[in-house]
Amino acid sequence: MFHWLEKNPFFFAVGVFVVIAFAGLIEILPNFAEASRPVAGLKPYTVLELAGKNVYKKDNCIACHSQLIRPFKSETDRYGQYSLSGEYAYDRPFLWGSKRTGPDLHRVGNYRTTDWHENHMMDPKSVVPQSIMPAYKHMFTNLADIDTAYAEALTVKKLFATPYDAPNGTPLGTHDEAKAAALEEAKAIAADMKNQSVKDAVANGQIPEIVAIIAYMNRLK
Amino acid sequence: MQSNAALEYDYSVAKLFTFTTILFGIIGMLVGTLIAAQLAFPELNYLIGEYGTFSRLRPLHTDVVIYGFMLSGIWATFYYVGQRVLKVSMAESKFLMFMGKFHFYLYFVGALIAVITLLLGITQSKEYAEFEWPIDIVVVLIWVSWGISLFGLIGIRREKSLYISLWYYIAAFLGVAMLYLFNNMAVPTYFVSGGIGSVLHSVSMYSGTNDALVQWWFGHNAVGFVFTVAIIAQIYYFLPKESGQAVYSYKLSLLSFWGLMFVYLWAGSHHLIWSTVPDWMQTMGSIFSVVLILPSWGSAINMLLTMKGEWNQLTENPLIKLMVLASTFYMLSTIEGPIQSIKSVNAIAHFTDWIPGHVHDGVLGWVGFMTMAALYHMAPRIFKREIYSKKLIDVQFWIQTTGIVLYFTSMWIAGITQGMMWRAVDEYGNLMYSFIDTVAILHPYYTIRTVSAVLYFTGFLIFAYNMVKTMTVSKEISQEPTNRTPMAA
Repeated sequence: MFHWLEKNPFFFAVGVFVVIAFAGLIEILPNFAEASRPVAGLKPYTVLELAGKNVYKKDNCIACHSQLIRPFKSETDRYGQYSLSGEYAYDRPFLWGSKRTGPDLHRVGNYRTTDWHENHMMDPKSVVPQSIMPAYKHMFTNLADIDTAYAEALTVKKLFATPYDAPNGTPLGTHDEAKAAALEEAKAIAADMKNQSVKDAVANGQIPEIVAIIAYMNRLK
Repeated sequence: MQSNAALEYDYSVAKLFTFTTILFGIIGMLVGTLIAAQLAFPELNYLIGEYGTFSRLRPLHTDVVIYGFMLSGIWATFYYVGQRVLKVSMAESKFLMFMGKFHFYLYFVGALIAVITLLLGITQSKEYAEFEWPIDIVVVLIWVSWGISLFGLIGIRREKSLYISLWYYIAAFLGVAMLYLFNNMAVPTYFVSGGIGSVLHSVSMYSGTNDALVQWWFGHNAVGFVFTVAIIAQIYYFLPKESGQAVYSYKLSLLSFWGLMFVYLWAGSHHLIWSTVPDWMQTMGSIFSVVLILPSWGSAINMLLTMKGEWNQLTENPLIKLMVLASTFYMLSTIEGPIQSIKSVNAIAHFTDWIPGHVHDGVLGWVGFMTMAALYHMAPRIFKREIYSKKLIDVQFWIQTTGIVLYFTSMWIAGITQGMMWRAVDEYGNLMYSFIDTVAILHPYYTIRTVSAVLYFTGFLIFAYNMVKTMTVSKEISQEPTNRTPMAA
């Protein structure tokens, strides 16, 4: 049979494909029905949080930080309750990461504050003297992309029935309403910050990346 | 196979990909050396503003090495080996010649755009699948072009039986195509929202745990089909050819090939052990990773036994040395992976530096050495000049081998140290170390790793220098060598 296959490239290729596709069929597909159900009370990200999540992606924080607390006492002592599948239901893509050069962040909102993040992003060594993390000063001047975040929220609402504008869900509204809501949320965060240029920007209706990513960090609980 | 055929093979596409293998190798390893240094000396993060942080550069390193250096190497060897084992020249078909060149130029342009977008932070933030949807479309076109070349060449072949190397090239083509497509299923938000925000942005069709499953089914296997499958294609051609020895066992080749095809794809979920993925999938990933030792070692042993009775060549021919060491590192890496997939070991190893340590004994030792040996073997045959310096290959071999050993030993120690410290408790059951303690202690190992990166990169520069000299000033040869590659002392 193998000799015959080696003389018939078409059937050889089909054979290879069937053999390699088999595992995916058994292992990947069945889970799709199950795992994307949200845990009770989970709300979709606000537009500002989504914009912050996109900053997290843009600066590729997953290179060093996980968002997955494993079910060991040493991990739950350090980071809190172990992660549940349903908590990730609105994460597209998932941001578990694969390397902890820095600590896990899945529940960082429980034990770090706006003030802490502000200092840390500007100069990590100011809060953790031995830190090897780079400073992310550019987040204080780059503006967060609220439009794209709104487009993303609208897309997942339309295509994946993510419960925006649903009872007890996250309000989304029109593009203008969403922008206004994001700015209100940004103002509340900027009020807890001390960087004057960030405060000025928000007062002028602009939202620097640092405000968005802090909104996202504070949401991770 | 007929031995009297006086076919003139056309290596113009193989040459182009040889150049990019060297170019992307230099860029990818330079960035790798820099980010290794950044972990030991964080001040190095600020050389080029926001574009120079570890987090932005890390995908640049992985993608340039995987999709730049390795794919170029794979295609350079394919456009060389393919013609020879099928006994047909690219020059015989104008269409295939065009497709080959189209494949290369599209790839080169796509690679440059990809590098720019990664630096700008335009990314899906999925490991090894960072590229946003417009680049994904280009990637699909590049892949289809290769498919046309691959199956086109097979279509007009004279040698009816497909040689083992071709089995692996076909498998690499199909496997990566399937995985890449499924993992990059994303919806561009600009179009669905009616023209709001960035055109480049997209959102994954899978969420949370499902996305993780698809990502690591892809991450483990697509990269594996590049790192493993396509590199085995090379060693099955170049080691027998260079040594003049027949492949040790056809049956072992069969067993290893079909075994690898069946088992490989199951193992992806070993990246998700102790995660929120269902337990049975984690267990499957674990078990199949251990089973994977059989086909992996099958290939490696088949290659080592091919040298049976001819081990003296190891001292005489540096290319044999490179390939035998490549096989050996393949064996090391494919026993190490299964060990890390055992649940209790994974609990310590996961998230630590042992993982990059594991990856690098595979890629530096196995992929890097095999690719360089293949290009050295090809150079006199496609540029009609002997290798510029045998001595330089020897020097390079020892510098790089030292680099690899330092790399994985330092990362083993770093990974296990950190994994143990994360879980260490005092007599009352309280955690003994704050997170930053477990980072600070790694400084010496990160420094050693930086040294190892400099060594390996230096060796690669020697390789590049030797290749350029071979192409330009080395002594011309009038006849194609049969086996052993001619080289000046």
